[in-house]
Amino acid sequence: MAMKILNALITGLAQGSMIALVALGYTMVYGILKLINFAHSEVFMMGAFIGFFAITAIGGKDAPLIAGVGGTLLAMAFAGLLGMLVEKVAYAPLRTRGKGKANSRITPLVTALGMSVLLQNLAQLLFTAQYRGYPQLLPIEHTRKVIFISAFSVMVALQFLVHKTWMGKAMRALSVNIEAARLMGIRTSRVISITFIVGSMLAALGAVLYCLDQSQVYPTMGVVIGTRAFVAAVIGGIGNIPGAMLGGLLIGIIGEMTKLTAYSGLQDVLVFTALIAVLLVKPTGLLGKASIEKV
Amino acid sequence: MAIVALGASALGLTACTPKDAPQKDAAGKDPSAPAALEPWKVGAYLSLSGAETQFGIETKEGIELAVFEVNKKGGAKGRPVKVLYEDNKSNPQETNNKVLQLVTRDKVVALLGEVASSRSTIGGIVANKHKVPMITSSATAPEVTQIGPFVFRVCFTDDIQGQMGAEFVVKTMGKKRIGMLFASDDVYSSGLASQFREAAKKLGGEIVVEKSFIKTETNFTTYINEIRDAKPDLVYAPIYYNAMVPIARQAKAAGLPGSTFVGGDGWDAETLLVDAGEEMEGAYFTNHYAPDVPWPHAQAFLKAYKERFKRDPSSLASLGYDSAMLLFDAMGRAKGDTPEAIRDAIAETRDFQGATGTITIDPSRNADKSIVIVQIKNKKFTYFATVNDKAAAKP
Repeated sequence: MAMKILNALITGLAQGSMIALVALGYTMVYGILKLINFAHSEVFMMGAFIGFFAITAIGGKDAPLIAGVGGTLLAMAFAGLLGMLVEKVAYAPLRTRGKGKANSRITPLVTALGMSVLLQNLAQLLFTAQYRGYPQLLPIEHTRKVIFISAFSVMVALQFLVHKTWMGKAMRALSVNIEAARLMGIRTSRVISITFIVGSMLAALGAVLYCLDQSQVYPTMGVVIGTRAFVAAVIGGIGNIPGAMLGGLLIGIIGEMTKLTAYSGLQDVLVFTALIAVLLVKPTGLLGKASIEKV
Repeated sequence: MAIVALGASALGLTACTPKDAPQKDAAGKDPSAPAALEPWKVGAYLSLSGAETQFGIETKEGIELAVFEVNKKGGAKGRPVKVLYEDNKSNPQETNNKVLQLVTRDKVVALLGEVASSRSTIGGIVANKHKVPMITSSATAPEVTQIGPFVFRVCFTDDIQGQMGAEFVVKTMGKKRIGMLFASDDVYSSGLASQFREAAKKLGGEIVVEKSFIKTETNFTTYINEIRDAKPDLVYAPIYYNAMVPIARQAKAAGLPGSTFVGGDGWDAETLLVDAGEEMEGAYFTNHYAPDVPWPHAQAFLKAYKERFKRDPSSLASLGYDSAMLLFDAMGRAKGDTPEAIRDAIAETRDFQGATGTITIDPSRNADKSIVIVQIKNKKFTYFATVNDKAAAKP
C-alpha cells in the first residue's frame, strides 16, 4: 500500500508540475491585468502542435536530444508570438478604448472566451480533429523527471525575474496601478506584451512535456488541462507565482490519489470540491494576499 | 383558373424532374441492365461529411462495390439496382431530413445506413414509421433494431461482442484471473465491459482488478500500476483506439506488455498501429473482419475492393458491402417488389455468405454471425481465430 501511494505521489507530482507550468500563465496575466486569459489553454494546444511538427521535422526518435530541445524551443518561440498576438488583437484595443465604460471588466473576458473558441476551431481546420501520436523521445519515467525539474527551475527563474530584475519591478508596478505606472514613465504595453510572451512560452514548454508523457496531440486538448491549470491558479491564490505552483502540485496529487480508489471517475469532482473548500475558508486562495480596495 | 393550372403544372414539373430524370439516365447508360425494366431505387444515408466522414466514405465504397457486382450479374430479379446517396453531415437533424426525403420524395424500396448507432436510430424510426426496410451496416448498439420490424443490421451487437470477448479470454485462452480497464462515461466502452464482466464470471473467470476512467483522462499510469500489481493474466480494455495509444505506451513503461490486453472493435484503426503498434504487439481484439481472414467470400471481396479502390478495405467498407449485398439478395428472393415483401425476405435470410462471414438474420432482426479475433503482429492486424458460438454465451 505504501508503495502504491508513493508511486501515485510521484506521478501526481509530475502531473502537477505540468499543470503548474500552465497555471503560471494564468496567474501572471491576472496579476497584471486582472484578466482571466481563457485563450491560454489554446496557446498551450498550439504549442503542442508546433512542438509535434518541429520534433518530427528535426528527426524525431532518431535524434531525440536535438529534436526534443529544438522542438521545444521552436514551440516556445511560436507560442510566445501567438500569446503576444492574442493580447494585441483581443485585449489591447479594449483596454485603450473601453476605458471608463461600465462593463470594461466583462468585455475582455468575453473576447478571451471568443479567442479560445476561435483558436480551437482554427486548429481543427489546420490540423483536422484527428489524434496524432507524439514521437516518444525519452522513456516515460525519465520524461516525468524532466517535467518536474524543468517546472521547478522555471518557477525559480520566474521568481527571480519578478523580484530581482527591472522588468519584474515594472510588472509589479503595473499590478498595483497600471495608470500610475504609465505616468511614472513605464512603457505599460511593452510590459504587458512581455508578460504574455513569457506566460505563453511556459505553456508551450508544458505542452511539449505533457505530450511526451501522455503521447498524443489533438485540437481540443487545451480544454482539460486549461481548466485544471486555471483551478490550480485560483486555489494557490491567483496572481501569486508560488501559489500557482502549489495549486498545480495539489491538483496533480489529488487527481492521482483519487485514481487509487474505486471512485476514479470523481477526480474532477474532488478537484472542484477542493477549490470551493479553499475559497470558502480563504477567498484569496492559499497564498493570496487580501488587497484593500480604496474607494 | 389558368393561373392555378399553370401553378399546378409548374409544381408538378419541379416535383418530377429530380426523381425521374436521373433514374432514366442511369437505366439507359447501364449496358448490363435490361433496358425495359425500371431500376430498383434504394436509399443510402451516410456521414459523407462532418466528424465521421472517413467512416461514411468507407461504407459508401463498400456499397458502390456491391451495386457494381449485382448489376454486372443482371441486377436483382432481373432489374438493375440504383442507390441514391444522401449525406447527413454526421448530424442527427440532417439525418432525419435526408431519410424522410429518400422515403417520401424518392420513394425508395429500402434504406441502407448509418455507421453510427445514434443516427441509425433516427433513420430507423423514420424507416419503421413509413414501413420501408432498413439495414444498418455498423450500428452496434442493441437498441437500434428494437425500434421495430423494419430495422435490421449486418454487424454484431455490443452485448454479443462483450460476451464473445469473455468466451475468447476464458475458454479459448484459458485465462482465469482477469483485469479490466474502460471509460465509465462512454456507452460503448462501459457497455462492453459490463457484458464481458457478467459473461466472464459465468464461464468461471475472476475479475481481480477493475479500473475505470473518464474520457478526458490522459494519464493512465496510476491505473496501470494498480492493474499490474493485481497480477491479472489478461486485461480486457474495450476502449477506442485514440485512448489506447497513451495506455499502451504508459503500460509498456510500467512493465505491462501489449500482449496482456484484449479489446473490442474500437481498436480497428490504422492510427493505433502507427502510433502504438510496437507497444501493442501480441494484443487481441474482437472484430467484424480481418484483412487476411481465410473465408472465400472475404477474400473475393478483398480482391475486388483492392482492384477498385487501390487499398485494403476497412471493417466499415466490408460491412457496407455486406449490408448492400444482403439487401440485394433479399430483393431477389422477395415475393413482390413492395417494401413489405422485401422486409419479409430480409427477415428470412439464412446463411448468407458475406465478406464479414456467414450471416443469419435472427428473430430480433440482428445478425447472427461469426466474430473474428484479430491479433496485432509485427505492427499489422492479423487474423487469429473465429468465435462463432453465439448461443453458448447465452444463459
